[in-house]
Amino acid sequence: MTSGTITDGPALRDPHTPDSRLGHGADYLHAEHTLRSWFFTTDHKRIALLYLASITAFFVIGAVTAGLVRLALVVPDGQVFTNDTYNKLFTIHGVVMVWFFLIPSIPATFGNFLIPLMIGARDLAFPKLNLASWYVFMTGALFTLASVVLGGVDTGWTFYTPLSTAFSNTWVVPALIGVTIVGFSSILTGLNFVVTIHTMRAPGMTWFRLPIFVWTHYATSLIFLLATPVITVALILLIAERAFHIGVFDPAYGGDPVLFQHLFWFYSHPAVYIMVLPGMGVISEIVPAFAQKKLFGYKFVAYAAIGLASVTFFVWGHHMFVNGQSDFASVAFSVLSFAVAVPSAVKVYNWTATIHKGSLKLDTPMLYAMGYIGLFVLGGLTGLYLATLAINQHVHATYFVVAHFHYIMVGGTVLAFLGGLHFWWPKITGRMYNEAWGRISAFLIFIGFNVTFFPQFILGYLGMPRRYHVYPPEFQFLNILSSAGSTILAVGYIFPMVYLVYSIWFGKRAPANPWDARGLEWTVASPPPAHNFLTEPQAPKIPYDYPIQARETGRQHS
Amino acid sequence: MNPTDLALQLWPAAASATAVETDWLILAFTVLTLLLTVPVFVAITWFAIRYRQGEEADRSHGNTRSVLIEISWMLIPFLLTLIFFVWGARLFFVSKQAPGDAMVVEAIGRQWMWKFQHPTGQSEINDLHLPIGQPIKIRMISQDVIHNLYLPALRMQMATLPDRYTELWFKADRTGSYRLYCSEYCGTDHSKMDGNLTLMTQADYAAWLQNAGANQGGQAGAGRVVYESYGCGNCHDPGAKVRAPALAGLYGREVKLADGRTVTADETYLRDKILNPNRQKLAADYRQVMPAFRNVIPNDDLDRLLAYLKSSGATAQQEATPGGPVQ
Repeated sequence: MTSGTITDGPALRDPHTPDSRLGHGADYLHAEHTLRSWFFTTDHKRIALLYLASITAFFVIGAVTAGLVRLALVVPDGQVFTNDTYNKLFTIHGVVMVWFFLIPSIPATFGNFLIPLMIGARDLAFPKLNLASWYVFMTGALFTLASVVLGGVDTGWTFYTPLSTAFSNTWVVPALIGVTIVGFSSILTGLNFVVTIHTMRAPGMTWFRLPIFVWTHYATSLIFLLATPVITVALILLIAERAFHIGVFDPAYGGDPVLFQHLFWFYSHPAVYIMVLPGMGVISEIVPAFAQKKLFGYKFVAYAAIGLASVTFFVWGHHMFVNGQSDFASVAFSVLSFAVAVPSAVKVYNWTATIHKGSLKLDTPMLYAMGYIGLFVLGGLTGLYLATLAINQHVHATYFVVAHFHYIMVGGTVLAFLGGLHFWWPKITGRMYNEAWGRISAFLIFIGFNVTFFPQFILGYLGMPRRYHVYPPEFQFLNILSSAGSTILAVGYIFPMVYLVYSIWFGKRAPANPWDARGLEWTVASPPPAHNFLTEPQAPKIPYDYPIQARETGRQHS
Repeated sequence: MNPTDLALQLWPAAASATAVETDWLILAFTVLTLLLTVPVFVAITWFAIRYRQGEEADRSHGNTRSVLIEISWMLIPFLLTLIFFVWGARLFFVSKQAPGDAMVVEAIGRQWMWKFQHPTGQSEINDLHLPIGQPIKIRMISQDVIHNLYLPALRMQMATLPDRYTELWFKADRTGSYRLYCSEYCGTDHSKMDGNLTLMTQADYAAWLQNAGANQGGQAGAGRVVYESYGCGNCHDPGAKVRAPALAGLYGREVKLADGRTVTADETYLRDKILNPNRQKLAADYRQVMPAFRNVIPNDDLDRLLAYLKSSGATAQQEATPGGPVQ
C-alpha cells in the first residue's frame, strides 16, 4: 500500500507544525495527541469520533451475529446451532443492533459532530456532560457484553415477561442493567442537544434557517427526553421482579405481563423514530446538496419532523393487536398509526420534488440517499399493512414483521448513516475516499439488502413465524435466497470499512467544501479547527441557499 | 394437501371465507401501494437521468415550495389508505364476535407444546382436528409464558396469556391439513411448538372423535403431557444436553445392558426403570444419572406415561424433532 497515485502527502502531520491553512491553531484531530486528550476531551467532534469507533464495533458484533443467524437458517432442521445457541444469537443481534447501534448511531456521531457546527456554536451546551454520556454509554455496553461473555441471553431484544423474569436461565440481569444504563446516555445526549439548539445558535440563525438535520435532531431529542424514562422504569421493574420476585409483570406474583408490553412499546415505538428521524435529517442534507437545489417545502419538512415525533407517542398499542389488548384499543391504535403515514409521505415526496429540475450529481452520498428513499418507502408502507387490523392478525410476529422493521430500521438508519458518513467524511477526516469504491458499496448494499429482506415479506405472508430455529421445509427456498442476499450485504458493508480507513492515510486532502454544499459546517476547514470557527459565523439568509432557487409558487414573492 | 407439498407456493392456502377476504384486502392494499410508490420510484430515476449535472435540461421554474401540492400529497394518500383501515377494522371486528352456537375447543399452551381439548372430552397434543362448516371458538390459556396460537390457513392468531383466557373463532370451509404454530417467542424450543391443523367434514370429524382415543390423543396424548411435566425430555429428547437413551421407538425393542445381558423393553422394564433406575438394568454405554421416581410419580400418571412411550414406538419418527436424528 505504498502507491502514491491518490495521495498527496502523509496524513499524520508533525504535531508541532500547525496546519498553515488554518492561520492559527491546529485542526481538532491534531490539536493534541495524547491518549488522555482523546479520553478526557470535551470537544464535541472528538466525542463524536469516540462514539463512531464504539458504534462501529457494535455494528460489527450485530452484523456477525446476524450472519450466523442467516447461516443457521439455510437448513430447515436447525442442525447448524443448537436451539439455545440460536436463541442467544438472535437475542444478541437484536440487543446490540437496537440499543447499541441503531439508536445512538446518527445522533451520537453526526449529531454530536455537526449540530454545533451547523448552528454556529463552539461546542454543545454541556461539553463535560457530553463526555459523561459516552462513558455512561460504554458502561452500559460493558454490562451487556458481560452478559454475552458469561453465556448469553435468550429472551429476545424485547425481554417479554414472564419469560424474561421467571423462565429464562440465562444472563438476563446484566443485559437489562446494560440497556437501562444506556438509556441514561440517551437522556443526557437529548438534553444536551435541546439546550444547545435553544441557546447556542449564532446571531441570525433563526429557527427557520436551521438545517433539517438540526430540526430532526431536535425532534429526536424530545423523544429521548420524554420516552426513555419510561423504558428505564420498565426495565428496573423487570430487574426487581427477576432478582427479588416483586410481582409486577408475572401473574404468579399477581402481576400483568401485558403491562410490560405497554411500557416497553411506549418507549420502543418512538425509538423507531429515534432511528428514523436523524436518518431523514441526513437525507434532507444530502439531496439538496447533490441536486444543487433548495429543499422543496422546507417548512413542511421541519414541521413534519416535529409532527412525527409527536404522533409516534400515540401508536404503541399497534404492537399488541393480538396480545390480549381490548378490541377498542386496537381500533384506536390502528387509525392513529395510519396518521404516521402523513408526515412520512411529506418527506418522501419532498425529496423527490427537490430532485425535480435540479442539477444532479450521482456521487456516493446521493446514491445512498436514493437507496434510502426506496427502502424507507417500502418499509413505511408495509408498516401500514401491519397497522391494518385484519392483516396484522395474520402476519403479526412472522417474517413479514422482520422484513418490515429491517426495511425501516436498517434501510432507514444504516443507509442514511452510510450516506452521511460518505457525505461528511471529508469534513470529519480531512480526506477524500475513492469515489468508485464508494459507488460500488452503495450498489452492493442496496442489492444485498433487497435480496436479503424482500423474500422475508413473502415468507411472513406464507406464515413463517419469526425467531424460529427449526422451520417447515417448504420455507427453505426463500430462506436460502435471504441468506444469499445477506452475504452480498456483508460484502457491501466490508467495502467502506476498508476504503474509508485507507483514505485516512492515503486519501486526497479534502477541501473545505468538496460537494459545493450549503450549511455552516462547510464554511470551516476540513477537518475543522479545534474551536470550530475562527471568525464569527454568518448564518445564511435562507436555508439551503443553492443556485437553483427559482421562483416560488403559492404566494408569490418576487 | 400436505403442508410439505407447498414448497414453491407463493400464496398460502386459505381455509375460510375470512382468510379469503383477508387475501383480497392485502391484494387491494398492494395495488394502492404500487399506485402510490411506483410513480415516486419512476420519478426519482427519471429525474436522476434527466437532470444529471452537465445534461442539457430546462431547469427554470424548479419549484421549491407549493402549499397546494404539499397539502394534496399529504391528504390524498392518507384518505386512500384510510379505506383499508376501515376494511381491516371491520374484518377484525367480525372475527372477534363469535356466534353463540360456536363449538368451544379449549387450548393450553405450555413450554413447548399445545394441548387441545374437544368439547366431547377427547384431547390431543400439537395436532388439532376440527370440522368445517361450523363456527369454532378456541378458548385458550397458557401455563407458563406467553405463547401465541397461529393458524395461517385461517389468517388468525391470538396470544395465550398465563393469567387469563383469550379466544379466537373461525368457520372453516375447506378440508385439508394445515400448519399451526406458536408465534410468540417462548424460550428454548419455541420453534418446535408447532403441529397440524386438520380440517375435516362433519362426518369425518365425528368418526375421528370415535377413534380419537385409539390412534392418538387419549392416554398416549395425556402421557405426552406427563412426559413434558416431569421434564423427561430434558435428558431423553434428541439433542438433550445430558446423554440418555432416546425413548422414541424404544418400546418392544431389545436393549443391551451394561452388564452384557439383553432384555426386551417391555412395560415392566420401562416401569421399573422409571420408578427405580438404580437397579441392575443400566443400558450399555450410559452412566446412571436418572433420579428414581418411586413415590414421586402417581400411578395414573405413570400409566399415561407408559401409554405414551408405547405409542411412540409406532410414531417414533413423527414424535422426534423434525429432521433431528434419533440417536
